Amino acid sequence: MDFQFTKEQEQFRKEIDDFLEREIQKDTFQVKVDAWVTERSKEFSKKVAQKGWIGMTWPKDYGGQGRSYIDRLILTEEMLRYGAPTADYWIGDRQIGPALIAYGSEEQKGEFLPRIIKGEISFALGMSEPEAGCDLASLTTLAVAEDDEYIINGQKVWTSGAADAEYIYLVLRTNPNVPRHRGISEFIIDLKTPGIDVRPLESMTGSREWTEVFFSDCRVPKTCLVGKVDQGWYQIASQLDYERAGIERLMANYPLSVNIIKYAKETKLDGKKLSDEPWVRYKLADLTIKFEVGRLLIYRVAWVLSEGKVPNIEAAIAKAFGTKFEAELANTATLICGPYGQLMPDSKWAPLNGWAASSYLWSPGYSVQGGTTEILKNVLAMRGLGLPRS
Amino acid sequence: MDFSLNEEQEMLRKMARDFLTDQCPKSLVREMAKDERGYPPELWKNMAGLGWMGLAFPERYGGSGGSFLDLTVLLEEAGRACLPGPFFSTVVLGGLTILEAGNEEQKQELLTKVSKGELLFTLALTEPGASNESSTIAVKAIPDNNNYIINGTKLFVPDAHIADYIICVARTTEGISLFLVDAKSSGIESTVLKTIDGNKQCELIFTNVKVPKKEVLGELGHGWAAVEKVLERAKIAKCADMVGISQQALEMAVDYAKQRVQFGVPIGSFEVIQHYCADMAIDVDGSRFITYDAAWRLSEGISCAKEVAIAKAWVSEACQRVVSQAIHIFASIGMSEDHDMPLYFKRAKAAELAFGSSEPQHELVAQEIGL
Repeated sequence: MDFQFTKEQEQFRKEIDDFLEREIQKDTFQVKVDAWVTERSKEFSKKVAQKGWIGMTWPKDYGGQGRSYIDRLILTEEMLRYGAPTADYWIGDRQIGPALIAYGSEEQKGEFLPRIIKGEISFALGMSEPEAGCDLASLTTLAVAEDDEYIINGQKVWTSGAADAEYIYLVLRTNPNVPRHRGISEFIIDLKTPGIDVRPLESMTGSREWTEVFFSDCRVPKTCLVGKVDQGWYQIASQLDYERAGIERLMANYPLSVNIIKYAKETKLDGKKLSDEPWVRYKLADLTIKFEVGRLLIYRVAWVLSEGKVPNIEAAIAKAFGTKFEAELANTATLICGPYGQLMPDSKWAPLNGWAASSYLWSPGYSVQGGTTEILKNVLAMRGLGLPRS
Repeated sequence: MDFSLNEEQEMLRKMARDFLTDQCPKSLVREMAKDERGYPPELWKNMAGLGWMGLAFPERYGGSGGSFLDLTVLLEEAGRACLPGPFFSTVVLGGLTILEAGNEEQKQELLTKVSKGELLFTLALTEPGASNESSTIAVKAIPDNNNYIINGTKLFVPDAHIADYIICVARTTEGISLFLVDAKSSGIESTVLKTIDGNKQCELIFTNVKVPKKEVLGELGHGWAAVEKVLERAKIAKCADMVGISQQALEMAVDYAKQRVQFGVPIGSFEVIQHYCADMAIDVDGSRFITYDAAWRLSEGISCAKEVAIAKAWVSEACQRVVSQAIHIFASIGMSEDHDMPLYFKRAKAAELAFGSSEPQHELVAQEIGL
């Protein structure tokens, strides 16, 4: 075992930090929590793209840098540490590009990869449906082939970013007459296609990032199909491992972590520093301990990827652990702030820019997105430990 | 970064597992818990023959020049097998302290014998009513001609009843000093305490115990720096022990859940049992990496007070969760004295309490993050 970063990796981390410090000074962005989901900035995406940091693990033949997954983890770790506005390019970089490289046609690769790498386009993820949540394979939104087209009818829900993105990645039923896992296909379609109606849903966070997406006789060319028809389920499996595997499952609200420690040191209650309270010391130490454990579990995933393996069980472990930490961080921050912990970002007297309260409202979602903790534990128990199917 | 053991470590692990499966059956573990000495000399000799005692000592002292990380692999297997006896006290508390603080002559003479399995060591640190803080050391050593005279009481001294030498942490006018005390010296009264798992920890009462001046280990008054390093290694050694305990408890529980039939199906097909097992597996993985990360830092000589406290805090809690959950999956039979689960349940508690459970480690972490 060796937990050392190479000199090059340390230098790379510093290069990222310098870049982000400069961009903050230039007012390109302000540090925010949950920014990888909520903060979109084409301007910022393009700057990251100019550094060659989007699609950096992809093969050079496709315009990538062929760099390691550890490098990408260092990059994403720093982006999250600084709460940078990465939402616009995150999904394309994380999973659409890799999915296209694995299953896309040469035309699709040529059409999308260069634009993802340049930070020009953004993707929404159309997976869940009203009747297909954890049981994704029960999805019913239908794509029927007719001549050179597919005609799509149905509804997606909890679709992140469909109001802002240019494209939507979709998992659709292409054959309702076969066992359900064998009739699913993947598509990427332009969100401006007629027959698509996107309706933002306001979540309790106040964000309108989630949407419902309705399809009524939406006609798309057959070239929108990704990979093989009816084979989508088997293609998705490894894509979900990418979706689950990253450090956004540990550090979504990381700026809160640093700042709550600072707050405890600087804030007095009844004339006594919060950081002198035994329970505050215990809770902050506890967060530090859990963060370090989670960080190793997530670096392990990147190491598995860098060994050329699919991190199925390892990703499930990392996400189950990491999202629990994120929720605990948000909750602990509200407790340490006391009554101030309920104050929202624009309120007078709100400590830490109101991050404690806003992150707390996001926190039930951490363990839901990209596979609920229960589904992850099923994966771990059955595939990892070999327990029998229920 | 590399999250896997290297080839030699994998070989060491396999060898240790095979050896302990063969030579350290649970019947022996039970027997040794009740045995007065608490270890079988035959097994000790065989371990020495495999080079275990000298694994982490340089070759010039009869060791094989391995790292603390290598030793961690072995300690994990020892936990997995519930290995009884003075391996931890002799190698980690004794040998590594001598390597840290001893002069060349002491190292040459003593470590060579430790490596051969000829000498047993322990460390007398903790005192009644005190945690392991330098300010609380009350046992005194007073110079008298060519000797020091030691008086006072030490507690929780592992394997002192069988040790050949006791490294005693005592207060001198210069500060905290370490003394290499022949365990047969007159004036030492040793009482074995009755512990939860039958591991042997002693009360040691020193009454006018004479120690020749040349038996001071390291510089007078500079003993605490060595103790701090020993404490870091001892904590990680206990973490490795708990990783082994957790891994074994998880495997036993999963195997049982696959076989035990209730309501006409294996209980492992129930989602609630699956999730218990998944939680245990997450705890085992987290424990292993946080332990090996700290062990790697200790091996590389990177300062790691924070990482050690984090590991001891986390692994102590996680191991408790794992053994409790495992015993719960077995239900009543997991509490039977002739079942193996209680051996792990008990050993986990002893390891958790050694050198500070999770709660005091939290305070150390709080200090490390500047609170």
